[in-house]
Amino acid sequence: MAPPLLSIRDLHLTMTSFEGEAHVLNGIDLTVRRGEIWGLVGESGCGKSLTGLSISRLVPAPPAAYKRGEIAFEGRDLLRLPMREVQALRGKRIGMIFQDPTTNLNPAYRIGEQLVDVALAAAKHDPSILDCEAGAGRRTRRRAAHRLAAEMLDRVGIPNAEERLDNYPHEFSGGMRQRVLIAMALIGRPDLLIADEPTTALDVSVQAQILKLLKGTVSDHDIGVILITHNLGVVAETCTHVAVMYAGNIVERGPVAEVINRPAHPYTRALMAAIPTRASQRGSLNGLGGAVPNLVTPPPGCRFAPRCARAIAACSAQQPPALPVAGEHHAACIRLAESEELEHV
Amino acid sequence: MSDPILQIENVSKVYGARRALFGKTAEVQALQDVSLSVRKGESFGLVGESGSGKTTLTRSILHLETPTAGRILFEGRDLAQLSAAEMRRLRARVQIVFQDPYASLNPRMSVQDIVTEPMLIHRETLGLDRRQRIERAAELLSLVGLGPQHLSRFPHEFSGGQRQRICVARALASGPELLLLDEPTSALDVSVQAQVLNLLCELQDQLGLTYFFISHDLAVVRYLCDRVALIYRGELVEEGETDRIFDHPESEYARMLTRAMPEVRVPA
Repeated sequence: MAPPLLSIRDLHLTMTSFEGEAHVLNGIDLTVRRGEIWGLVGESGCGKSLTGLSISRLVPAPPAAYKRGEIAFEGRDLLRLPMREVQALRGKRIGMIFQDPTTNLNPAYRIGEQLVDVALAAAKHDPSILDCEAGAGRRTRRRAAHRLAAEMLDRVGIPNAEERLDNYPHEFSGGMRQRVLIAMALIGRPDLLIADEPTTALDVSVQAQILKLLKGTVSDHDIGVILITHNLGVVAETCTHVAVMYAGNIVERGPVAEVINRPAHPYTRALMAAIPTRASQRGSLNGLGGAVPNLVTPPPGCRFAPRCARAIAACSAQQPPALPVAGEHHAACIRLAESEELEHV
Repeated sequence: MSDPILQIENVSKVYGARRALFGKTAEVQALQDVSLSVRKGESFGLVGESGSGKTTLTRSILHLETPTAGRILFEGRDLAQLSAAEMRRLRARVQIVFQDPYASLNPRMSVQDIVTEPMLIHRETLGLDRRQRIERAAELLSLVGLGPQHLSRFPHEFSGGQRQRICVARALASGPELLLLDEPTSALDVSVQAQVLNLLCELQDQLGLTYFFISHDLAVVRYLCDRVALIYRGELVEEGETDRIFDHPESEYARMLTRAMPEVRVPA
C-alpha cells in the first residue's frame, strides 16, 4: 500500500521564550489521505497554525526545535530533508493559503505578474503544468504561464479573468484577493493544500463561496487539505474529518459527523457548548472557566485536566493516549468509558 | 411596548468627493434613508457585511459624524439641536465597547485610571470625588467578574476576555442607559466569547441597559438580540423580531445571509 499523503507522528516542537522552553506541540499524530479535508480547530495558541507551518517547514528552527517525531509527506520525512528539497515541494506539491489576503500579495505588482512568477517557478520542477514543449524558449514559457494564470483565475470564479490579470491587488476586493491566493496556491498543482484561516477575514457570503471552491478543488483534483480554523461551523460544513487541538495536543480526531454528533473529549464538548446555536437560550451559553495553561510549565498529564469538570487524580499522572471511540474516531481522555456511561444515566 | 430610547429617522450620509491626485474621487453614499427605532431595555442587533455602513451609523449615533440628511433622536431629542454642554451630559448616558480589546485600552494606564477616567470626564454630571470614583471602579470590576485586586494592574497583564471585561466596566462607569457594542466578541475565542455574552446578558438584566449590538456574526446576534436590522450597502434591507428574521426571512439578502451562515447542527 502506498504511504498516505501526509502522516505526522508524535511531533514535538519547543520554542525558547524569556520564561524558558515552551512545549508548543506535544505529540501530534495526524494522517491525511487524498480526498480528505481535515479541519484543525482550537482556540488561539493551541498550536494549530504551528502544525500547518511545520508541514511546510516555515517554523524557523532554531530558535524552535523539533524534539521528536516526523512529518512524512508520501513517506519522506520533511524534517530530515535538506532545505533545498523542501523548497522544491513548497508551493508545488504542498500549497499554502494564509489568513490575510492583503499582506500576502505584493501591492506593487500586477496580479498577472505574481501568478506568472509562481507558475514559472513551479514549472521548473514540473514542466508539464505549462503544457508546452520541453526546451521551449523563455517567451513561449512566459506566454504559457500567462495562459495558465488566466485559466486559474477563471477557475476560482473571477469574471473577466484575462483582463483582471492586468489589475493591481488594490483593485480587487478582499474576497477576490483571497481567491487570487487560492489560484496561486493551486497553480503548481499541489497534492496537499494547507489553508490557514482562509476565510476568517471575509464576510459570510464570500466565505461560503470560498469554502465551496475549496471543496470543488478537492473533488476535482483528488488532493488532501488541512483547513485550519477556529470556527466549528466552517468545519461542520466543509470538512470530511476534524482534529480538535488544545494546548499543543490533538485531543480528539475523527470523521466530522462522528466528532460533532458524538463529541467524546470534555474539551470538544465544552467548545461546542460555547457556540451559540438556534436552540441556545439567552444567558445559557457555557463559557469555559479558567485559562489556557502556560506552555513553559504545562500541567502534568492531561493538559486540559485543570479546567476539566470530570478530571480525577489519575488524569494528572500521565498524558492520556488517543483511545478509540468508534472506528476512526479517537479521543485522548482516560475517562472516556466513564463519560459514555454518564451520558446514559 | 416601551418607549423608544433611540430613533434614527431617514438618515443619509454622503462622504463628499475629495480632490485627489488625479481629478476628483467619487461621492460615497454610506447611508441611504435609514430609519430605525430602538426601544428602552431591548437588545437591538445591527447586521451587515464590511462596507455596509454599520460603522458610519454607529459614529452618527455617537455624534462623531454628522448625517447629511435625517435626524437622530435620543429620548425624543434631536442630537443636532443640542448645545455642547447638553451633548456632553448626554455622552455619559451613551457609551460604546469597541471590537478589539487589545487596541482600545491604553497600555500605559492602570485599570484604575482606565475605569475612573469616564467618571472624571463626567464629574459634573456624576458628582463623584476621587475616593468615590475608586470605590465605584472596584464595584464595576466585580460587576464584570474581576476584582479590586486588579485595579493597580495594566492591560498587558490580562487576557483578551478579561480586557473586554475592563472595556465593559469602563463603558458602564458613567452610568449609561444605552450601550453601543461594536463587534465586542469578534476578537475573542468561542469559549471566551460565551463568557462575555453571558456577562452582557446578566448586566442587561441587572441594570436594565439597552444594547445596540453591531455585528456580522449572525449566530451571536441571534443569541443576544430581541430585534435585528439588516443593512446592505447603506440601505436597511429588513428589520424585525430575531426569530422571525432567522426563521422566515423576507428579503433575498436575509435569505442569502442565513443560508451562508456556517453552523454546527447539534443533534436534538
